[in-house]
Amino acid sequence: MREVVINTNKLTKRFGDFTAVNEITFEVYNGEIFGFLGANGAGKTTAMRMLIGLSKPTSGSATVAGFDVYKQTENIKKNIGYMSQKFSLYEDLTVLENISFYGGIYGLSDAQIKTKSDELITSLGLQNEAKKLVASLPLGWKQKLSFSVALLHEPKIVFLDEPTGGVDPLTRRQFWDLIYAASDKGVTIFVTTHYLDEAEYCNRISIMVDGKIEALDSPENLKKQFNTHSMDEVFYELARGAKRVE
Amino acid sequence: MAFVKKEFYHVLRDKRTLLILFGMPVMQILIFGFALSNEVKNTKILVVDNAKDVSSGKIISEIAASKYFQLEQITSDDKQIEPAFKKGIIHVAIVIPANFNHDLMHLNKAQIQIIADASDPNLATTLTNYLSAIIQDYQSRLNKTFSVPFQIIPDIRMLYNPQLKGAPNFVPGVMALVLMLVCVLMTAISIVKEKETGTMEILLVSPFKPVLVILAKAVPYLLLSLINLASILLLSVYVLGVPVNGSLLLLFAESTLFIITCLTLGIFISIKTNTQQAAMLVSLMGMLLPTVLFSGFMFPIENMPVPLQIISNIVPSKWFYIIVKSIMIKGVGFSIIWKETLILAGIMLVLFLLSLKSFKIRMQ
Repeated sequence: MREVVINTNKLTKRFGDFTAVNEITFEVYNGEIFGFLGANGAGKTTAMRMLIGLSKPTSGSATVAGFDVYKQTENIKKNIGYMSQKFSLYEDLTVLENISFYGGIYGLSDAQIKTKSDELITSLGLQNEAKKLVASLPLGWKQKLSFSVALLHEPKIVFLDEPTGGVDPLTRRQFWDLIYAASDKGVTIFVTTHYLDEAEYCNRISIMVDGKIEALDSPENLKKQFNTHSMDEVFYELARGAKRVE
Repeated sequence: MAFVKKEFYHVLRDKRTLLILFGMPVMQILIFGFALSNEVKNTKILVVDNAKDVSSGKIISEIAASKYFQLEQITSDDKQIEPAFKKGIIHVAIVIPANFNHDLMHLNKAQIQIIADASDPNLATTLTNYLSAIIQDYQSRLNKTFSVPFQIIPDIRMLYNPQLKGAPNFVPGVMALVLMLVCVLMTAISIVKEKETGTMEILLVSPFKPVLVILAKAVPYLLLSLINLASILLLSVYVLGVPVNGSLLLLFAESTLFIITCLTLGIFISIKTNTQQAAMLVSLMGMLLPTVLFSGFMFPIENMPVPLQIISNIVPSKWFYIIVKSIMIKGVGFSIIWKETLILAGIMLVLFLLSLKSFKIRMQ
């Protein structure tokens, strides 16, 4: 049995009468790439926000990296990295300044920041851009950079919220290479996406419909279960039942 | 502190905003300073000389020699005064009565009438002051040569606006305005900007304490405001000649209190709004306008209807304006303004608690 790093039990979030996330229960194992799929408005982002301590659950329980989402959000925050849908680096700072800022708020020492920045810039091939403003980088590089920044403090788990939105297929592929590289180092990846080809890259995926998890398994098993060859079919089959319209 | 450093990068990289921030107080002081300047030169004056004697002649030549006045006309016809005012040819007139020299020499006392167009109250006061000074000057020279004291009594009449309401002391007003603008508007915008770009979310997911995130954003603006304050004071002392009569230390201490109040207000607005436009609107409508209207800087509060007077009490700049005026112009110490200071501190505390509360609710 592999180590469980995220564990939820009937986790629920209500906003007034509206139940955004309805009793979801799942486990994520150490080192896996866990895909979190669902149509727009299905509750993916809300679920993720509860796990990273941005939003308090209404009921149910969950632990992330062994810490309780109600009481130990501070501990959770130290152990996770997060990359949001929106591009989240500072455009008016240079690449290096962004790295040292994020290093700083995660409490890395100056020496650590120095080594990390050198490493990161070399691995991304940004030597010539290190002192340029982030605003001047192409979107694909920005996204790779923000992923690397999210990993700066060597978190156990990294949460990616639709990390590849608006990026061309080639860059997406390169982005997934980075995800694999991180996964090989033992980092658990929790990624939401609505690109179904990306779902195939995950070890296991869950599909959310109207706030509930309707399916959870490896892509192969899901395809078998729904008796089809593509994830698209699986997704359409499930999403057809959705009542929520965005 | 990585965070404060980053905030400074933000502020310093945005050259245009920076220019506005540092340029604005300078511009305002200069514009207000010279628009409301005491230096009024070459004003046209009408002299009605009914005396036509030695003394009246001397006074008229003194007036003509002054750089402040330009003789429009010397006449002995009182009826010319009114049309000249109405047409706007002159702003001030002086009437020397018949027997002026006689009265002065024999009764040791003579009257002179100054009539000013007070539809521009500041100009009117300035002009009558100049004229009074010229007359005083003449009188004291007379007193030197003769042993009996002579007295010329200027009878000043303000036309159109006899009460001379609204002569502002603009330096304290500009201080309140600029500090309000920099602290409230800039802080609110800079925090809301992080919300818009999504970086706020990342900061909140980091182990960095949310309250510190917000406080760190306020630091550069505190510093910036102090620099602005210094530049306003330097300008007012060295360019406009408005001295700081009270303790400079006290002035800076009180200003820091006001700055912190404004920063808290900016933070409060930023917590309540989600877009830069909204933040800007709220800051401008909610803060700048009341500052202009209710601080007593432009419009005297005593003249307002009671409900508005009550409202003016919750405008922090009103209290700051009173404090600065007291320190800068009256030169009083803390013992006189402790009450206003306390009120300002109270407003700050309330805002701080409100911000903290709504910030926590947001986090749910």
